[in-house]
Amino acid sequence: MTAADVRSVVVRAGRGVRWYLREWSGESRWDAYLQECAEHGHPPVSRREFERRRADALERTPVSRCC
Amino acid sequence: MSTAVTQDDPGRSPDGATGRRMSVRSVVIWVAVALVGAVAWTVLALARGETVSALWILFAALCSYAIAYRFYARYITYKVLGTDDRRATPAERLHNGVDFDVTDRRVLFGHHFAAIAGAGPLVGPVLAAQMGYLPGTIWIVVGVIFAGAVQDLTVLFFSMRRNGKSLGQMVREEIGIVGGVAALIAVFTIMIIILAVLALIVVNALAESPWGVFSIALTIPIALFMGMYLRTIRPGRVLEATGIGVALLLLAIVGGGWIQDTGLGDALTLSKEWLVLALVVYGFVASVLPVWLLLTPRDYLSTFMKIGVIVLLAASLLIARPVLQADAITDFAREGNGPVFAGSLFPFVFITIACGALSGFHALISSGTTPKMVAKESQVRLIGYGGMLMESFVAISALIAACVIDQGLYFAMNSPAGATGGAVESAATFVQGFGFDTSAQDLAAAAAAVQEPTLVSRTGGAPTLAVGISQIFSDAFGGGLQAFWYHFAIMFEALFILTAVDAGTRVGRFMLQDTIGNVWKRFGDLSWRPGNLIASAVVVALWGSVLYIGVTDPLGGVNQLFPLFGIANQLLAAIALTLVTVLLIKHGKLRWAWVTGVPLVWDLVVTMTASWQKVFSDIPAIGYFAQAQRYRDAQDAGEVLAPAQDQGQMDQVIFNSTLNGILQAFFALLVVVVVLNAVVVIARAIRAGGSLPTTEEPATPSGLVEPAGLFATPEEKRAIAEHERLVGAGTRDGDRP
Repeated sequence: MTAADVRSVVVRAGRGVRWYLREWSGESRWDAYLQECAEHGHPPVSRREFERRRADALERTPVSRCC
Repeated sequence: MSTAVTQDDPGRSPDGATGRRMSVRSVVIWVAVALVGAVAWTVLALARGETVSALWILFAALCSYAIAYRFYARYITYKVLGTDDRRATPAERLHNGVDFDVTDRRVLFGHHFAAIAGAGPLVGPVLAAQMGYLPGTIWIVVGVIFAGAVQDLTVLFFSMRRNGKSLGQMVREEIGIVGGVAALIAVFTIMIIILAVLALIVVNALAESPWGVFSIALTIPIALFMGMYLRTIRPGRVLEATGIGVALLLLAIVGGGWIQDTGLGDALTLSKEWLVLALVVYGFVASVLPVWLLLTPRDYLSTFMKIGVIVLLAASLLIARPVLQADAITDFAREGNGPVFAGSLFPFVFITIACGALSGFHALISSGTTPKMVAKESQVRLIGYGGMLMESFVAISALIAACVIDQGLYFAMNSPAGATGGAVESAATFVQGFGFDTSAQDLAAAAAAVQEPTLVSRTGGAPTLAVGISQIFSDAFGGGLQAFWYHFAIMFEALFILTAVDAGTRVGRFMLQDTIGNVWKRFGDLSWRPGNLIASAVVVALWGSVLYIGVTDPLGGVNQLFPLFGIANQLLAAIALTLVTVLLIKHGKLRWAWVTGVPLVWDLVVTMTASWQKVFSDIPAIGYFAQAQRYRDAQDAGEVLAPAQDQGQMDQVIFNSTLNGILQAFFALLVVVVVLNAVVVIARAIRAGGSLPTTEEPATPSGLVEPAGLFATPEEKRAIAEHERLVGAGTRDGDRP
């Protein structure tokens, strides 16, 4: 394996980890929302407003944590 | 059972059920895995009186998991359940971006695992180590493969086919109203017991430990800060906030070491009673505050710590390669007179280790949030079965941590204060009575190494695990950081438990409001503030009082309550397994009903035997009522029985034992009601020619193509490419690997 190969593997792995963490934490929801708005052509709300709505939705759905 | 989608739509995934022949390469690999596993099991089974490396346990477990996942889970998923990737899942059909949401299988695996794994698999195996390493290892591995993971997988599947209905709802609709009401009451009361016992473990780990109290207390302001950060400063930047939170958390652990000998340290040296009060107040406040402020950020912290510690533990086991100090099977297993918990190997090993082998609580998660997020039906194998295997691996690591520490220290830590006398001298004499050569100096030195005032009778499993982990970590990474690692381990255990306690209190509150809402409409309105406050107060008061009873129990709360906790958790599993067995039969799959039927029968035999013994045994150490009677007789004769020190404590023992006995009998009766109701339904199904209508949602064609397993196979990759060509590119997230 050449140095370039190694670099490309590392870059790919790093991108994968970043993708996973952003998906897992829900950070990527904002990007998905922006994309959706662009596709449908309506103006997006501010990020603050968007995150607030998501947090309020969470308020009504109980999250169980097991022993 | 299902109306199959017949047309060949673009959403058709490569069918995992088709019996492709195994290639030569995979035959060779699987034979090798089987051989390594067989050798590891043989070493564990045959080694007696010689040094055995803990890695044999690790390899035996990992090879068994791999084979079970590859063959048995596949068989259940495709043959027994008959997953059909042409059907749209509720996440696809009912997509709303809130609870119904198509989620990448690997991300959902992470969510599901974070939801099911907590302190349970860390604590049970530690206590069960009193019987030696072998019974625990066998039960954790065999139990998860044939019972625990099967339960999680099948409940997840059936709930997914019903739009993510809850366990209680499914029991009511598929078994009957009697069973449904019994299941509802069982779920609620069992949850209260579980919360109380979890909180008890935290109290026992933090009592008289200013270092521990300091770092745990700081998690609250850290979480509040993260909550505010995400709400106002940088909305939505979860990873950033969590990074800051984790850094502050590590600082809080280090800081505990600085303050413990100061005036602040004295102020934070709290008795168990004060800690109970603190936890109750915390639980109440946390469950009524908005979730974004405290619960959500804590959950991020706790999950990151959870994954971090598990990875660290697995790596350090490989580096440190510790040697097992425990015997394969101890005399306590044979005679049932162990000091950690009473009772013989059967049934009590199977009760003490619930999480990690078979945990009924998971059925609540497999039938709650997770089924609403599954992208493809066949992914239930990875998420349900695979997630539980991962939890089992955590349990195995905890068992190893308990078995590699000095066993005299193990028994000195885990026997109730009434037995050890509480001081190093008396505790050393006590464990020397079992044949260990651990001296008072050894016990004092072990406490000094982790900078705790004492380790004698630090029951509950968490401190023992922390000692084991600190030993393994400092062996693996060096640096003489044992005290740091000890408090690190205590901190993350307490963090999981507190997350489970506040989330559980909220879930209990929702359940209570929902149930009472049937008779009093207003109370069921979740946005009605007085209703929230009353329901939260009731839930907290319930687990708080059980917690208080446990903490002040002269016989040792963990010793008395842990069996109740384990039995309760597995009785819940009995309800879940009953439900899925009934469903298999109602769907006309009687000939496959053994898949859930066999673990159900096993679980019923274990829990009913244990319940029977806890209620009717005439040995006071085992039977709750026999114990009450013994103390009552002594009281009538005007005596005070050790470990009680006065008549007040005698009254306490009588009251607690009677209460525990009643609860135990009550839980068992509820399960019997559900099972009897189920038997009626099964008989009806068989008489009706082998199947009955169910509440399964009709099939709708799916427009998604997704891989089934962790890694996409070449066929799946081709199918995804083909699908994207048909529906147009750009449907998949560009960064997605």
